[in-house]
Amino acid sequence: MAEIQIKNVAKTFGAYQALHDINLTIQDQEFMVLLGASGCGKTTLLRIVAGLETATTGEVWIGGRRIDHLPPKDRGIAMVFQNYAVFPHLTVFENIGFGLRMQKLPNDEVKRRVERTAELMHIEQLLKRYSGELSGGQRQRVAVARALAMEPDVILMDEPLSNLDALLRMEMRAELKGVLAESNTTAIYVTHDQVEAMSMADRISVMHQGKIVQAASPIEVYRNPAAEFVAGFIGNPPMNFLPATPSGNGKWTVGGQDMNGPVSSETLKFAIRPEDLRPSETGLKATAKVVEPLGAHLLVTCDVEGALFRAVLDSDMTVKPGDVLTLAPQTDRVRWFNPETTLAVA
Amino acid sequence: MTSVTTDVAAPDARKAGKFVYVTAVVLLCAWVLVPIYFLLINTLSSPDTVNSFPKPFWPEFDLGSLTFFAGFAGMLTALKNSILVAGMTMIMSIVIGAPAGYALSRFDFRGKELFRLLILLTRAFPLPLLALPLAVMFIQTGLDDTVFGLALVHTTLAIPFAVLITFSLFSGIPIELEEAAWTLGCTRLTAFTKVVLPLILPGITASAIFAFVISWNEVFAAAVLTIENRTLTAFLLQNLDTSPLHLKFAGGFILVVPALIFIFAVRKYLFAMWGIANR
Ligand SMILES: Nc1ncnc2c1ncn2[C@@H]1O[C@H](COP(=O)(O)OP(=O)(O)OP(=O)(O)O)[C@@H](O)[C@H]1O
Ligand SMILES: [Mg+2]
Repeated sequence: MAEIQIKNVAKTFGAYQALHDINLTIQDQEFMVLLGASGCGKTTLLRIVAGLETATTGEVWIGGRRIDHLPPKDRGIAMVFQNYAVFPHLTVFENIGFGLRMQKLPNDEVKRRVERTAELMHIEQLLKRYSGELSGGQRQRVAVARALAMEPDVILMDEPLSNLDALLRMEMRAELKGVLAESNTTAIYVTHDQVEAMSMADRISVMHQGKIVQAASPIEVYRNPAAEFVAGFIGNPPMNFLPATPSGNGKWTVGGQDMNGPVSSETLKFAIRPEDLRPSETGLKATAKVVEPLGAHLLVTCDVEGALFRAVLDSDMTVKPGDVLTLAPQTDRVRWFNPETTLAVA
Repeated sequence: MTSVTTDVAAPDARKAGKFVYVTAVVLLCAWVLVPIYFLLINTLSSPDTVNSFPKPFWPEFDLGSLTFFAGFAGMLTALKNSILVAGMTMIMSIVIGAPAGYALSRFDFRGKELFRLLILLTRAFPLPLLALPLAVMFIQTGLDDTVFGLALVHTTLAIPFAVLITFSLFSGIPIELEEAAWTLGCTRLTAFTKVVLPLILPGITASAIFAFVISWNEVFAAAVLTIENRTLTAFLLQNLDTSPLHLKFAGGFILVVPALIFIFAVRKYLFAMWGIANR
């Protein structure tokens, strides 16, 4: 059992507050992804869990044990670093076996476990090499193998795929997910790549300026963003926003059109994903500005009453810049946000 | 460097620049190499040749001066003392300097920059000024005329270099390597011995050798602080002004050669000390 609980964790560097009151519980064997833009505090949070950084306030618990005062080696964690940190003076074999040797395991046990993890990561033919003789992708595999060989309760990964090329990244993504699913470890995985997050995570924690804005399953984060930031960050292209003025009783005026919405007297923001728009008889009047054929789809950047508005349409439609489209939003996919609090309105 | 804007002048200016550069290099080399060359010739020539002029271009490989020199009374003791003092200096400056270099590269603390500056400033303080108070203090504590006492002084001379060299070595090792070791079951100490130490060992050796050379070449403190237990430099200083010319050359040769060999062996780490990329 290795449930991770992060309770009221805050971190300041001098006068700069990198993390604000983080509360997060990660279930045993869950794959949690920390997603957010550069500088939002993902690495800092991960390093606090690892024990490489001390929280200014707050507690960290793993498996029902408070561990924030323990050194990294006593926390039952293993970590994969962004730049791999493969020891240059040791062979791949000794790198993977490093932690096991520190535990003073007998030689044959070390050999057995190193060979098994090497096989799992498909690097069994590299065991005699030094890190200088490996490619980036191979080094990355060694780093993961070294962490897995420890058979840790918790594995922490800081953008482990960010230095790989796109194709290799896609391949490793699937492989890593498979290996971790079999290993019964709880994982925290840091990335700023939303595709990686969506495809690997059991749950995603979206971070913004040192806070966790939403922690939910990938589909939930995508469909029901809890805040405007999440809606604008997740999805490529992100959600469209339009100002909405209430005309009373759950009726709204959006882009000159009437819509049904929540009952509220304040102005709200209407939001819809670009792929949830269909050309139709009635709907938002959008003037096409840029048309980008993307193979499977057609990405049309339009203008709705002066606001930027994107639509992903079927690729056999013919749209030219200047055309006026009538786009109907799929009603069950429409979301509303309060511009004051930036939070979603039910 | 000159920057030239008109393309007519460009080739000329570049040629001139190159000429200046080559001349400077040749002059510098000559400045260092010519004395060494004469030292070599004269050491390996018979006493008669040393006093004659012009010199032969090739040395005669007459080992007379050197063998006489080796038999000179007190000479071997002085050599032994020199090695002892330099050895102690080497060990002490690394044992004290390397942790300081590690702290400088890994920890943030108040006054870090000032500390770095002060380390360098110790070298700006002339030893002759310190000689008298040091001698008095050494006599009071009984350290005068001992190999250990002299090694202490030499250690203070070598430490700034030891700190700066090891600082740059430690800084060249990514902190992530240590952090990875911590997460894999190491304490700070075991991470150091198992990961950092193997990686910087060549550099540490270099900086130890450098400390050795500093002590080996140091003559002022050695001459002031020792009487019976003279090191080679002090011994030669004392005896050579009364010796014939060919002996002076032999003595100079014996002093210069080990230093040259050592410095040559560790030259790339001396660049590292000033933050110029090594390798
Ligand atoms: N040691 C430090 N001293 C001062 N500020 C720091 C330190 N470490 C991190 N920060 C600051 O804390 C904030 C969060 O940093 P962090 O490394 O956690 O970001 P991140 O989300 O991992 O970003 P990235 O995706 O670029 O890696 C940044 O603004 C950073 O400048
Ligand atoms: Mg980071």
